[in-house]
Amino acid sequence: MLRNGLPLAPVLLPFGQRVSIDNSATDMPCLLVPPADLVDLCTQLRDDVSLRFDFLSDICGVDLHPKTPRFMLVYHLFSLPHKWRLRIKCHLTDPPIVPTVTQVWTTANWHEREAYDLYGITFDGHPDPRRIYMWEGYEGYPMRRDFPLRGYKDDYNPMGAERPAKEGGR
Amino acid sequence: MGILSNRFQDNVFFTSSDAIINWSRKSSLWPQTFGIACCAIEMISAGCARYDLDRFGVVFRPSPRQSDVMIVAGTVTRKMAPIVRRLYDQMAEPRYVIAMGTCAISGGVYNTYAVVQGVDHVIPVDIHVAGCPPRPEALLHGFVQLQEKITGTKVLRRQDSADAAVGTI
Repeated sequence: MLRNGLPLAPVLLPFGQRVSIDNSATDMPCLLVPPADLVDLCTQLRDDVSLRFDFLSDICGVDLHPKTPRFMLVYHLFSLPHKWRLRIKCHLTDPPIVPTVTQVWTTANWHEREAYDLYGITFDGHPDPRRIYMWEGYEGYPMRRDFPLRGYKDDYNPMGAERPAKEGGR
Repeated sequence: MGILSNRFQDNVFFTSSDAIINWSRKSSLWPQTFGIACCAIEMISAGCARYDLDRFGVVFRPSPRQSDVMIVAGTVTRKMAPIVRRLYDQMAEPRYVIAMGTCAISGGVYNTYAVVQGVDHVIPVDIHVAGCPPRPEALLHGFVQLQEKITGTKVLRRQDSADAAVGTI
Protein backbone atom coordinates (compact mmCIF):
# COMPACT_ATOMS: atom_id res chain seq x y z
CA MET A 1 0.00 0.00 0.00
CA LEU A 2 1.49 3.29 -1.10
CA ARG A 3 0.67 6.67 0.26
CA ASN A 4 -2.38 8.02 -1.60
CA GLY A 5 -3.86 4.62 -0.73
CA LEU A 6 -3.38 2.92 -4.10
CA PRO A 7 -3.82 -0.84 -3.59
CA LEU A 8 -0.77 -1.74 -5.66
CA ALA A 9 0.63 -4.49 -3.41
CA PRO A 10 -1.39 -7.42 -4.83
CA VAL A 11 -0.35 -6.50 -8.36
CA LEU A 12 3.31 -5.99 -7.50
CA LEU A 13 3.65 -9.16 -5.42
CA PRO A 14 4.25 -11.60 -8.34
CA PHE A 15 7.08 -9.42 -9.64
CA GLY A 16 9.00 -9.67 -6.37
CA GLN A 17 12.16 -7.54 -6.27
CA ARG A 18 12.10 -6.79 -9.99
CA VAL A 19 9.52 -4.02 -9.68
CA SER A 20 10.33 -1.38 -7.10
CA ILE A 21 8.74 1.84 -5.91
CA ASP A 22 10.54 5.07 -6.69
CA ASN A 23 10.15 7.25 -3.61
CA SER A 24 11.81 10.26 -5.24
CA ALA A 25 8.52 11.08 -6.97
CA THR A 26 6.36 13.34 -4.84
CA ASP A 27 3.43 14.11 -7.13
CA MET A 28 2.20 10.60 -7.83
CA PRO A 29 3.19 7.00 -7.12
CA CYS A 30 6.05 5.85 -9.28
CA LEU A 31 7.22 2.34 -10.18
CA LEU A 32 10.57 1.20 -11.60
CA VAL A 33 10.33 -1.79 -13.88
CA PRO A 34 12.80 -3.62 -16.15
CA PRO A 35 11.83 -3.87 -19.84
CA ALA A 36 11.21 -7.61 -19.60
CA ASP A 37 8.39 -7.16 -17.08
CA LEU A 38 6.88 -4.03 -18.62
CA VAL A 39 4.07 -5.59 -20.65
CA ASP A 40 3.02 -7.96 -17.84
CA LEU A 41 2.95 -5.12 -15.32
CA CYS A 42 1.00 -2.84 -17.64
CA THR A 43 -1.56 -5.55 -18.38
CA GLN A 44 -2.01 -6.22 -14.66
CA LEU A 45 -2.40 -2.52 -13.88
CA ARG A 46 -5.04 -2.16 -16.57
CA ASP A 47 -7.02 -5.32 -15.76
CA ASP A 48 -6.88 -5.43 -11.95
CA VAL A 49 -10.41 -4.58 -10.80
CA SER A 50 -9.23 -2.49 -7.86
CA LEU A 51 -6.90 -0.38 -10.04
CA ARG A 52 -8.18 -0.20 -13.63
CA PHE A 53 -5.48 2.00 -15.14
CA ASP A 54 -7.35 2.04 -18.43
CA PHE A 55 -5.91 5.27 -19.86
CA LEU A 56 -2.34 5.84 -21.03
CA SER A 57 -1.74 9.59 -20.77
CA ASP A 58 1.73 9.76 -22.20
CA ILE A 59 5.00 8.03 -22.99
CA CYS A 60 8.13 10.15 -22.60
CA GLY A 61 11.59 9.25 -23.73
CA VAL A 62 14.58 10.43 -21.69
CA ASP A 63 18.23 10.49 -22.73
CA LEU A 64 20.49 10.48 -19.66
CA HIS A 65 23.71 10.66 -21.69
CA PRO A 66 26.51 10.22 -20.60
CA LYS A 67 25.10 8.23 -17.66
CA THR A 68 24.38 4.55 -17.94
CA PRO A 69 21.88 3.06 -18.47
CA ARG A 70 21.52 5.80 -21.04
CA PHE A 71 17.81 5.80 -21.87
CA MET A 72 14.60 5.80 -19.89
CA LEU A 73 10.94 5.58 -20.81
CA VAL A 74 8.33 7.20 -18.57
CA TYR A 75 4.73 6.05 -18.82
CA HIS A 76 1.96 8.07 -17.23
CA LEU A 77 -1.22 6.16 -16.51
CA PHE A 78 -4.62 7.35 -15.42
CA SER A 79 -7.43 5.35 -13.92
CA LEU A 80 -10.67 6.79 -15.22
CA PRO A 81 -12.94 4.95 -12.70
CA HIS A 82 -10.81 5.88 -9.65
CA LYS A 83 -9.23 9.17 -10.82
CA TRP A 84 -5.77 7.88 -9.90
CA ARG A 85 -2.50 8.62 -11.59
CA LEU A 86 0.55 6.39 -11.76
CA ARG A 87 4.02 6.75 -13.27
CA ILE A 88 6.14 3.89 -14.57
CA LYS A 89 9.83 4.32 -15.29
CA CYS A 90 11.78 1.85 -17.38
CA HIS A 91 15.56 2.12 -17.80
CA LEU A 92 17.03 0.99 -21.12
CA THR A 93 20.60 0.28 -22.13
CA ASP A 94 22.14 1.39 -25.43
CA PRO A 95 20.94 0.37 -28.05
CA PRO A 96 17.50 0.79 -26.47
CA ILE A 97 14.97 -1.94 -27.20
CA VAL A 98 11.72 -2.38 -25.31
CA PRO A 99 8.55 -4.43 -25.96
CA THR A 100 5.59 -2.44 -27.26
CA VAL A 101 2.52 -1.83 -25.11
CA THR A 102 0.22 -1.19 -28.07
CA GLN A 103 -1.69 -4.37 -27.28
CA VAL A 104 -2.38 -3.02 -23.79
CA TRP A 105 -3.32 0.52 -24.74
CA THR A 106 -3.93 1.24 -28.43
CA THR A 107 -2.97 4.88 -27.96
CA ALA A 108 0.61 3.78 -27.30
CA ASN A 109 1.00 3.44 -31.07
CA TRP A 110 1.70 7.11 -31.77
CA HIS A 111 3.47 7.76 -28.45
CA GLU A 112 5.92 4.98 -29.22
CA ARG A 113 6.45 6.23 -32.75
CA GLU A 114 7.33 9.62 -31.24
CA ALA A 115 9.85 8.07 -28.85
CA TYR A 116 11.33 6.11 -31.75
CA ASP A 117 11.46 9.19 -33.97
CA LEU A 118 13.19 11.49 -31.50
CA TYR A 119 15.23 9.09 -29.32
CA GLY A 120 15.74 6.06 -31.53
CA ILE A 121 14.14 3.71 -29.01
CA THR A 122 13.08 0.53 -30.79
CA PHE A 123 9.69 -0.87 -29.79
CA ASP A 124 9.71 -4.59 -30.37
CA GLY A 125 6.46 -5.79 -31.93
CA HIS A 126 5.13 -2.33 -32.82
CA PRO A 127 2.56 -2.65 -35.65
CA ASP A 128 3.69 0.48 -37.53
CA PRO A 129 7.27 1.44 -36.59
CA ARG A 130 7.63 4.54 -38.78
CA ARG A 131 8.78 8.00 -37.85
CA ILE A 132 5.98 10.37 -36.89
CA TYR A 133 7.40 13.93 -36.84
CA MET A 134 10.49 13.88 -38.99
CA TRP A 135 10.22 13.22 -42.69
CA GLU A 136 10.73 9.90 -44.38
CA GLY A 137 14.37 9.12 -44.95
CA TYR A 138 15.58 11.33 -42.11
CA GLU A 139 18.71 10.08 -40.41
CA GLY A 140 19.44 10.57 -36.73
CA TYR A 141 17.43 11.10 -33.57
CA PRO A 142 17.13 14.83 -32.80
CA MET A 143 16.31 14.72 -29.09
CA ARG A 144 19.39 12.72 -28.14
CA ARG A 145 21.87 14.67 -26.08
CA ASP A 146 24.68 14.16 -28.58
CA PHE A 147 22.62 15.50 -31.49
CA PRO A 148 23.56 19.12 -32.38
CA LEU A 149 20.77 21.61 -31.64
CA ARG A 150 20.95 23.11 -35.12
CA GLY A 151 21.16 19.76 -36.86
CA TYR A 152 23.67 18.96 -39.53
CA LYS A 153 24.68 21.29 -42.33
CA ASP A 154 22.96 20.98 -45.71
CA ASP A 155 21.30 23.15 -48.37
CA TYR A 156 18.38 24.21 -46.20
CA ASN A 157 20.44 24.58 -43.05
CA PRO A 158 23.69 26.44 -43.72
CA MET A 159 24.23 27.11 -39.99
CA GLY A 160 24.13 23.46 -38.96
CA ALA A 161 27.00 21.48 -37.47
CA GLU A 162 29.44 19.57 -39.63
CA ARG A 163 28.70 15.88 -39.86
CA PRO A 164 31.13 13.60 -38.08
CA ALA A 165 33.31 12.22 -40.86
CA LYS A 166 33.92 8.67 -39.73
CA GLU A 167 30.30 7.74 -39.08
CA GLY A 168 29.33 8.82 -42.59
CA GLY A 169 25.64 8.69 -41.69
CA ARG A 170 23.87 10.96 -39.28
CA MET B 1 -16.86 61.86 -60.13
CA GLY B 2 -17.81 65.51 -60.00
CA ILE B 3 -16.43 67.58 -62.85
CA LEU B 4 -15.46 64.50 -64.91
CA SER B 5 -18.89 62.89 -65.16
CA ASN B 6 -20.65 62.88 -68.55
CA ARG B 7 -18.17 65.31 -70.10
CA PHE B 8 -16.60 63.01 -72.68
CA GLN B 9 -17.73 61.15 -75.75
CA ASP B 10 -16.95 57.46 -76.34
CA ASN B 11 -13.19 57.64 -76.18
CA VAL B 12 -10.14 55.47 -76.72
CA PHE B 13 -7.41 55.48 -74.09
CA PHE B 14 -3.92 55.37 -75.46
CA THR B 15 -1.30 53.67 -73.31
CA SER B 16 1.67 51.41 -73.76
CA SER B 17 1.12 47.67 -73.78
CA ASP B 18 3.42 47.17 -70.81
CA ALA B 19 1.57 49.78 -68.81
CA ILE B 20 -1.81 48.11 -69.32
CA ILE B 21 -0.40 44.62 -68.71
CA ASN B 22 1.36 45.69 -65.54
CA TRP B 23 -1.69 47.62 -64.40
CA SER B 24 -3.93 44.60 -64.82
CA ARG B 25 -1.42 42.34 -63.10
CA LYS B 26 -0.91 44.55 -60.11
CA SER B 27 -4.60 45.29 -59.71
CA SER B 28 -5.67 41.71 -59.22
CA LEU B 29 -3.02 40.04 -57.10
CA TRP B 30 -4.75 36.90 -55.96
CA PRO B 31 -2.92 35.10 -53.16
CA GLN B 32 -3.31 31.48 -52.23
CA THR B 33 -5.41 30.64 -49.22
CA PHE B 34 -2.41 29.14 -47.54
CA GLY B 35 -0.91 29.78 -44.12
CA ILE B 36 1.64 27.80 -42.18
CA ALA B 37 1.85 29.30 -38.69
CA CYS B 38 0.88 32.27 -36.50
CA CYS B 39 1.62 34.84 -39.24
CA ALA B 40 -1.35 33.35 -41.07
CA ILE B 41 -3.60 34.77 -38.34
CA GLU B 42 -2.38 38.25 -39.18
CA MET B 43 -2.82 37.45 -42.86
CA ILE B 44 -6.42 36.40 -42.20
CA SER B 45 -6.92 39.58 -40.22
CA ALA B 46 -5.57 41.59 -43.14
CA GLY B 47 -8.07 39.91 -45.42
CA CYS B 48 -11.08 40.50 -43.18
CA ALA B 49 -13.29 43.55 -42.79
CA ARG B 50 -11.06 45.71 -40.60
CA TYR B 51 -8.06 45.85 -42.95
CA ASP B 52 -9.83 44.60 -46.07
CA LEU B 53 -7.22 43.50 -48.60
CA ASP B 54 -10.02 43.39 -51.19
CA ARG B 55 -9.55 47.13 -51.65
CA PHE B 56 -6.32 46.37 -53.48
CA GLY B 57 -7.85 43.67 -55.63
CA VAL B 58 -6.27 41.08 -53.36
CA VAL B 59 -8.72 38.19 -53.17
CA PHE B 60 -7.74 34.86 -51.64
CA ARG B 61 -8.07 31.91 -54.00
CA PRO B 62 -8.33 28.30 -52.87
CA SER B 63 -6.21 26.89 -55.70
CA PRO B 64 -2.60 27.54 -56.75
CA ARG B 65 -3.78 27.34 -60.36
CA GLN B 66 -5.83 30.49 -59.88
CA SER B 67 -3.40 32.47 -57.77
CA ASP B 68 -0.67 34.95 -58.58
CA VAL B 69 0.90 35.43 -55.15
CA MET B 70 2.06 33.01 -52.51
CA ILE B 71 2.23 34.50 -49.04
CA VAL B 72 4.55 32.28 -47.03
CA ALA B 73 3.04 33.16 -43.66
CA GLY B 74 4.92 31.26 -41.00
CA THR B 75 7.69 28.87 -40.07
CA VAL B 76 8.66 26.60 -42.95
CA THR B 77 9.68 23.28 -41.49
CA ARG B 78 11.88 20.87 -43.39
CA LYS B 79 8.94 18.52 -43.69
CA MET B 80 6.78 21.31 -45.14
CA ALA B 81 9.38 22.60 -47.62
CA PRO B 82 8.62 20.13 -50.47
CA ILE B 83 4.91 20.95 -50.16
CA VAL B 84 5.60 24.70 -50.35
CA ARG B 85 7.76 24.06 -53.39
CA ARG B 86 5.03 22.01 -55.04
CA LEU B 87 2.41 24.71 -54.43
CA TYR B 88 4.77 27.24 -55.98
CA ASP B 89 5.40 25.02 -58.98
CA GLN B 90 1.65 24.62 -59.53
CA MET B 91 1.10 28.36 -59.85
CA ALA B 92 0.86 29.84 -63.34
CA GLU B 93 3.27 32.60 -64.30
CA PRO B 94 3.58 35.46 -63.59
CA ARG B 95 3.84 34.48 -59.95
CA TYR B 96 5.14 36.32 -56.95
CA VAL B 97 6.16 35.32 -53.45
CA ILE B 98 5.84 37.35 -50.27
CA ALA B 99 7.85 36.01 -47.33
CA MET B 100 5.81 37.15 -44.36
CA GLY B 101 7.46 37.28 -40.95
CA THR B 102 10.89 36.57 -39.57
CA CYS B 103 10.52 32.78 -39.76
CA ALA B 104 9.81 32.77 -43.47
CA ILE B 105 12.58 35.31 -44.09
CA SER B 106 15.39 33.68 -42.10
CA GLY B 107 14.07 30.91 -39.88
CA GLY B 108 13.73 33.41 -37.03
CA VAL B 109 14.32 32.09 -33.55
CA TYR B 110 13.97 28.54 -34.84
CA ASN B 111 17.59 27.96 -35.70
CA THR B 112 17.13 24.21 -35.34
CA TYR B 113 17.39 20.94 -37.20
CA ALA B 114 13.74 21.01 -38.26
CA VAL B 115 13.30 24.49 -39.76
CA VAL B 116 14.35 25.84 -43.16
CA GLN B 117 16.57 28.87 -42.54
CA GLY B 118 14.66 31.18 -44.85
CA VAL B 119 12.10 30.18 -47.47
CA ASP B 120 14.38 31.60 -50.19
CA HIS B 121 16.24 28.30 -49.90
CA VAL B 122 13.13 26.68 -51.39
CA ILE B 123 11.46 29.27 -53.66
CA PRO B 124 12.44 32.70 -55.02
CA VAL B 125 11.08 35.55 -52.86
CA ASP B 126 9.98 38.95 -54.21
CA ILE B 127 8.99 40.81 -51.06
CA HIS B 128 10.12 40.35 -47.47
CA VAL B 129 7.71 41.61 -44.81
CA ALA B 130 9.54 41.85 -41.50
CA GLY B 131 7.95 41.37 -38.11
CA CYS B 132 7.14 38.66 -35.63
CA PRO B 133 4.39 38.55 -36.65
CA PRO B 134 4.03 41.56 -38.97
CA ARG B 135 0.91 43.60 -38.36
CA PRO B 136 -1.74 43.57 -41.10
CA GLU B 137 -0.62 47.06 -42.11
CA ALA B 138 2.85 45.66 -42.77
CA LEU B 139 1.37 43.02 -45.05
CA LEU B 140 -0.62 45.71 -46.85
CA HIS B 141 2.63 47.61 -47.26
CA GLY B 142 4.18 44.45 -48.68
CA PHE B 143 1.43 44.26 -51.28
CA VAL B 144 1.89 47.92 -52.20
CA GLN B 145 5.63 47.28 -52.58
CA LEU B 146 4.87 44.32 -54.81
CA GLN B 147 2.55 46.48 -56.90
CA GLU B 148 5.33 49.01 -57.30
CA LYS B 149 7.70 46.26 -58.34
CA ILE B 150 5.24 45.04 -60.96
CA THR B 151 4.71 48.57 -62.27
CA GLY B 152 8.32 48.73 -63.44
CA THR B 153 8.31 45.31 -65.09
CA LYS B 154 9.15 45.12 -68.78
CA VAL B 155 6.76 42.62 -70.31
CA LEU B 156 6.80 43.25 -74.06
CA ARG B 157 9.64 45.76 -74.08
CA ARG B 158 13.20 44.52 -74.32
CA GLN B 159 14.86 43.96 -70.97
CA ASP B 160 18.07 45.62 -72.09
CA SER B 161 17.52 49.29 -72.95
CA ALA B 162 20.72 49.41 -75.04
CA ASP B 163 19.33 46.70 -77.30
CA ALA B 164 16.08 48.57 -77.66
CA ALA B 165 17.91 51.70 -78.78
CA VAL B 166 19.45 49.94 -81.77
CA GLY B 167 16.38 47.78 -82.41
CA THR B 168 14.00 47.80 -85.34
CA ILE B 169 11.39 49.98 -83.70
